[in-house]
Amino acid sequence: MTSLRRILLLSIVLAGLAPSLARAVQPDEVLPDPKLEARARGISAGLRCLVCQNQSIDDSKAELARDLRLLVRERLNLGESDEQVRAFMVKRYGDFILLKPPLDLETAFLWGMPALVLAAGGMALLFGLRRLQSTPAAPLSQAERDRLAAVLDADTPL
Amino acid sequence: MVVETGHYALALALAVALLQSVLPLWGTRSGDSGLASIAVPAAITQFLLLGYAFAALTYAHVVSDFSLVTVAENSLTTKPLIYKIAGVWGNHEGSMLLWVLILAAFGAAVAILERGMANELRANTLAVQGWISLAFLCFILFTSDPFVRRFPAPFEGQDLNPLLQDPGLAIHPPLLYLGYVGSSIVFSFAVAALISGRLDAAWARYVRPWVLIAWIFLTLGIAMGSYWAYYTLGWGGFWFWDPVENASLMPWLAGTALLHSAAVMEKREVLKIWTLFLAILTFSLSLLGTFLVRSGVLTSVHSFASDPTRGVFILIILTVFIGGSLALYAWRAPSLNQRSLFAPVSRESALAVNNLLLTTCCATVLTGTLYPLTLEALTGDKISVGTPFFNLTLGPLVALIVLLMPLSQSLAWKRGDLLGAAQRVTVAALGGLVVALVLVAVVRGGPVLAAVGLGLAVYLIVGSFADVASRIWAHGQPARVMLARAVGLPRSAWGAAIVHAGLGVTLMGLAATGWGVERIATAKLGQGIDLGPYQATIENLRSRQGPNYSEVLAHTVISRGGAAVAVVEPAKRSFPARQTTVTEAGIVTLGFGQIYISLGDQHADGSIDERMFWKPLVTTIWIGAVIMAFGGIVSLSDRRLRIGFARRAARVRAAASPAAPEPAE
Repeated sequence: MTSLRRILLLSIVLAGLAPSLARAVQPDEVLPDPKLEARARGISAGLRCLVCQNQSIDDSKAELARDLRLLVRERLNLGESDEQVRAFMVKRYGDFILLKPPLDLETAFLWGMPALVLAAGGMALLFGLRRLQSTPAAPLSQAERDRLAAVLDADTPL
Repeated sequence: MVVETGHYALALALAVALLQSVLPLWGTRSGDSGLASIAVPAAITQFLLLGYAFAALTYAHVVSDFSLVTVAENSLTTKPLIYKIAGVWGNHEGSMLLWVLILAAFGAAVAILERGMANELRANTLAVQGWISLAFLCFILFTSDPFVRRFPAPFEGQDLNPLLQDPGLAIHPPLLYLGYVGSSIVFSFAVAALISGRLDAAWARYVRPWVLIAWIFLTLGIAMGSYWAYYTLGWGGFWFWDPVENASLMPWLAGTALLHSAAVMEKREVLKIWTLFLAILTFSLSLLGTFLVRSGVLTSVHSFASDPTRGVFILIILTVFIGGSLALYAWRAPSLNQRSLFAPVSRESALAVNNLLLTTCCATVLTGTLYPLTLEALTGDKISVGTPFFNLTLGPLVALIVLLMPLSQSLAWKRGDLLGAAQRVTVAALGGLVVALVLVAVVRGGPVLAAVGLGLAVYLIVGSFADVASRIWAHGQPARVMLARAVGLPRSAWGAAIVHAGLGVTLMGLAATGWGVERIATAKLGQGIDLGPYQATIENLRSRQGPNYSEVLAHTVISRGGAAVAVVEPAKRSFPARQTTVTEAGIVTLGFGQIYISLGDQHADGSIDERMFWKPLVTTIWIGAVIMAFGGIVSLSDRRLRIGFARRAARVRAAASPAAPEPAE
């Protein structure tokens, strides 16, 4: 079988599978300018694919993610800054599209959680320690002192 | 017939679970030791019954008995045997059966192995284990019965979800369940202690090996799942901060904290109440994970079928167990006597700080995972919490933990010497610093964060052995003496060093992702594409017929400096029974790095879309996890940490000094 026929055959096989073969970033999406493309990738990694489970549009295979990736590149081509592109997406789809939620009243608790737990736990720890410092260590009993002396006398490496 | 007996065994197990959850408690309450000791045969019987039920279901899958709904929906006559067996838990019903089987296995293990344990503690522990069994057996029999028949039986099954037809399915769920469910026994120990009101260092000693076992399995299960996702999903990611992954990470974080606090409790009898809380928390988070995955609140490869009644049922179980145990904790814990004294600079205070940081990590993951759900329920507003959030919040916390790890290992119990500890980790700190600086200088303009991460990793790996080294090293002594000291060190010291170093190895792989190379291109046959130090060339495409799929492979040669070093065959597989296609990434390991190629669409001119990666040091992410598990096993082999140690110790004591009075404990 010539390679051309084989390729033809493969193309037919693959064409039959095409509908379920949507992919993450495809070569035809890539911008010619590598700097602009890198920015596009950076922005896409922070935008959520709206129909997937917690995937960024950069990783997602969904059709919608592809549309959004193209949209990001289109805006960048128009000369918009990263911030402007993100703002455009948020205006269109709401905060839901941002994988890094903005800090506002609704998310204050979310962003503040680590600091809150650290502060509360740290305070509890410090409190426990202070209680110790006000309690003097109990003196050794005679038996303990004898044992200590025996241990110190025995000149063997531990 | 086999199937009916399996079904019957499952129902019988429910009856036994009922006995196991009531009679031992009654016995210990009324002082009837005969009644209390029923716990042991009950736990063993339950395990045997569930083992039989599971074997019966496996049999139905192997012989392709399509009259069973679960088999018909998830199997195919031509499916390879390994997937027929693994397919038993590749669906909701079967995976829940595996869940209770492992639950019963842990109960039976405690019944058989912990004979030296105080009767009351063992009976109560097994009774609590019985409650969990009871709840989940009800769940299975009333909402998720794997033995439901359908007549007439279809001639052919619908095959298993192609994404799940992978050796990973045979390993990942059992490992993860052993970790998840393993924490149940620790929970049962904790609740038993709360019921009896007795909590001492001996309790911590009984519990530690079980915590460690669950932790080892959970570590391996998470790592395995991550590697599976990495090679299956086709774009080279290995961790997605998906709620389902977070669900497994939370018990791991809590379990890691528990491991350390239980050590403090056993050694110094402090942090008792806190340890108890962590024991409850770890299993509660495992239950939450089960709820998130099984209820259909989330949709992912992990939730096979969503059914609201199941969700509500699990939510009830969740509320009863978590709410109940926490209420019991709030009621009983204050009455347990607590000595919470330790010096500000000591191993125990360092471990308390470690617990604080780990708990903060855990709380952050928990909030991040549940916040969108909660906010939407409360206000209707939808937000997303994804990778950037977790990297930003957990990154600094993890860096802090890593910085403290070698230091706290070098601190002595009771009263430590910070300066001395700092001196002991100097070599490690210098090593890490040099590596980071050299990397920043060499790969100028490269990612600084990656260099810093790698420096931290080196510091952690070297620093993990600072403590053992200082205990072995003796100036002017011959090597023989030092070797003898090395052998004489407790295995748990070695284990801790190995586990910590393992984390460093994982960190190394994570940091190195910063130097990865990615190429997205349309490749023509014979055209070489640069990939870091390598070059990838597709030589030809061919098709192949598998047992229940057909596939197209791209024969790709990897070369370096003109010389071929490896061949990879990334493929696209189509499964006619489910009409789906999956990509099989072509992966080859070169050194510790990997070349990763995933196929896309084919074009009319014979070229094909490809996504290609060079991932330096990527394998160390999972190698590190395996090292961590190995370190755990080394610790487990420490004589003080072996299961059933108390029994042997008591026997030895009795043999050595029959007349000596028991030391008061």
